[in-house]
Amino acid sequence: MKTVLLIDFGSTYTKLTAVDVDNETLLGTAAAYTTVQTDINDGLKAGLAALNKKTGHSTYDECYTCSSAAGGLRMVTSGLVPELTGEAARLASLGAGAKVVGVYAFQLTEDDLQDIQDSNPDIFLLVGGTDGGNTECILHNARMLASIKPTFPVVIAGNRTAARQCQRILEGCDVYVCPNVMPKFGVLKIEETQKQIREIFLNRIIQAKGLSKATELLSDIMMPTPSAVLQAMELLAQGCDGEPGIGELVAVDVGGATTDVYSVADGMPEHMNTVYKGLPEPYAKRTVEGDIGMRYSIQGIVDAAGIDRVSRLSGLTCQRAEELIADLKEHTDKVPNGDPELEALDFALASLAIEEAVTRHAGTIEETYTMMGQTFVQEGKNLTKVQQIVVTGGSLIHTARTEQIAAFAQYSPKKPASLRPKQADVWVDRTYILAAMGLLSQHYPKTALRIMKKELEFYGNSEQADSRRRVSETASGSAEPVAHG
Amino acid sequence: MIVENKKKVLVIGVIGADVHAVGNKILYHAFTEAGFEVVNLGVMVSQEEYIAAAIESAADAIVVSSLYGQGELDCRGMRQKCDEAGLKGIPLVVGGNIVIGKQKFEEVEKRFKDMGFDRAFPPGTAPETTIEALRELLHMDGEQV
Repeated sequence: MKTVLLIDFGSTYTKLTAVDVDNETLLGTAAAYTTVQTDINDGLKAGLAALNKKTGHSTYDECYTCSSAAGGLRMVTSGLVPELTGEAARLASLGAGAKVVGVYAFQLTEDDLQDIQDSNPDIFLLVGGTDGGNTECILHNARMLASIKPTFPVVIAGNRTAARQCQRILEGCDVYVCPNVMPKFGVLKIEETQKQIREIFLNRIIQAKGLSKATELLSDIMMPTPSAVLQAMELLAQGCDGEPGIGELVAVDVGGATTDVYSVADGMPEHMNTVYKGLPEPYAKRTVEGDIGMRYSIQGIVDAAGIDRVSRLSGLTCQRAEELIADLKEHTDKVPNGDPELEALDFALASLAIEEAVTRHAGTIEETYTMMGQTFVQEGKNLTKVQQIVVTGGSLIHTARTEQIAAFAQYSPKKPASLRPKQADVWVDRTYILAAMGLLSQHYPKTALRIMKKELEFYGNSEQADSRRRVSETASGSAEPVAHG
Repeated sequence: MIVENKKKVLVIGVIGADVHAVGNKILYHAFTEAGFEVVNLGVMVSQEEYIAAAIESAADAIVVSSLYGQGELDCRGMRQKCDEAGLKGIPLVVGGNIVIGKQKFEEVEKRFKDMGFDRAFPPGTAPETTIEALRELLHMDGEQV
């Protein structure tokens, strides 16, 4: 029997997963508080002790690690036009598993530089101009950056005509040159840049954050956690040699501070009468909503959906909901633990968090009439045909109403412009194994895929769940008008 | 300054709620064949999209097509927006069925020139004519592109 240990140093918890790769089974999972302030190994040892008790093992044949501890991978980007190279830079960073803490477009100003210095990113991504296009902006921005003598690495992935000149301007700094993220108008080419970002993360940032201590004990950290999850989702959707995937999917991780959404789908227009506008988006796309989360970002959910909807969905009065929310803001570690009021509130918040985050992630369609008749304009990805939704996060795992919450990721006639999945099956990651399986997939893709198919709880069609939800809500009198058709 | 011997870049597309795609494809091929680097935005293009693409690609000219008669409305204010976006003086060329009904083209042309367009072309203009005009506007006389 060959055993593999997979570690995810999260911002709050260090999560451990042990698998038996020969028998393709999960041996156990455990978690302990991440102790990055003192010695990261303290938390790791505590987690390991708990894991060993469950699995009965004390050593493992191999070990792989990912991390989002100590703030994760914090990036700032600058491009030229916000919707074009600006967006390409943002998508590239998110897909590499970064937390994007600043996005700039056009020429950087002195005030911008001050903000950049204050936010002190782990990596700066400098782009702008198509190949052979505008060089002025990226050269200006390189000079501006050089003036603050950045201590953080700078990745240059803009107009190739200007790349080497930018490198010279930034001489003395830690600079990397990659191919242009948008070599031609409307063409997104971000893989090389993402690879470079990941390498810098491994070689530099892990050391700087005191995470390397753990590697002395076990193994190298391979990638940022979101990057591991994205790889797990790509594998789950597409399959690998000898094991088919489940097809195009959308995955949502509702956390305490942020909500991550992943889509592995083509998403291009379905019909001839639909015109696509804007930058084509990556096949495997990740977005993070920094203002949507169950505890630290609870206010963002209320701001986005309105307290009325929170009240209607939870069955609590607006006043009571506001009181509880104020309390949860203070006590971010509070969980419902059987309290019916808190359970109802968390149900409403998680549902609205999913709805908002997936709506922002998905593309939109707009109907217009032209001299030639009815035409549609699509922006972003069309996910209506996606038939699989994967969900995870505390608020979805520790509740019996997972399916109902997940139904909010779907298309709604109330927001017909939002291209969310119309009819989908729901898979629930109750054991938090997605990041671990992304890590495992680096060496054992088939095993990782089979374990995911086995361990993710399959809930069948969320359309059915939705109709059940409708019935139950109508019966309880707290119904929100039918959300799905 | 980088010394470049690069192709002249054109941003082209069909403006407004106009989905006539065929002429746009013909122009794309004709301009490419003539040695231009062409950024083709396709149909239903807004003024902002032309401008954004022109900024990123450091375009030498913007060529606007309009086939459904609403061109005059769609093109209004485009020059001002270009100025605002830092594309001061970029050549703007328009062509197609740019107005409704039978109107004297000299008058139509004058109206578009007043709007800040450098050239306006009537229906049925051959691509060669436009290419010739572009060469002139971009001072490419005699130059082999």
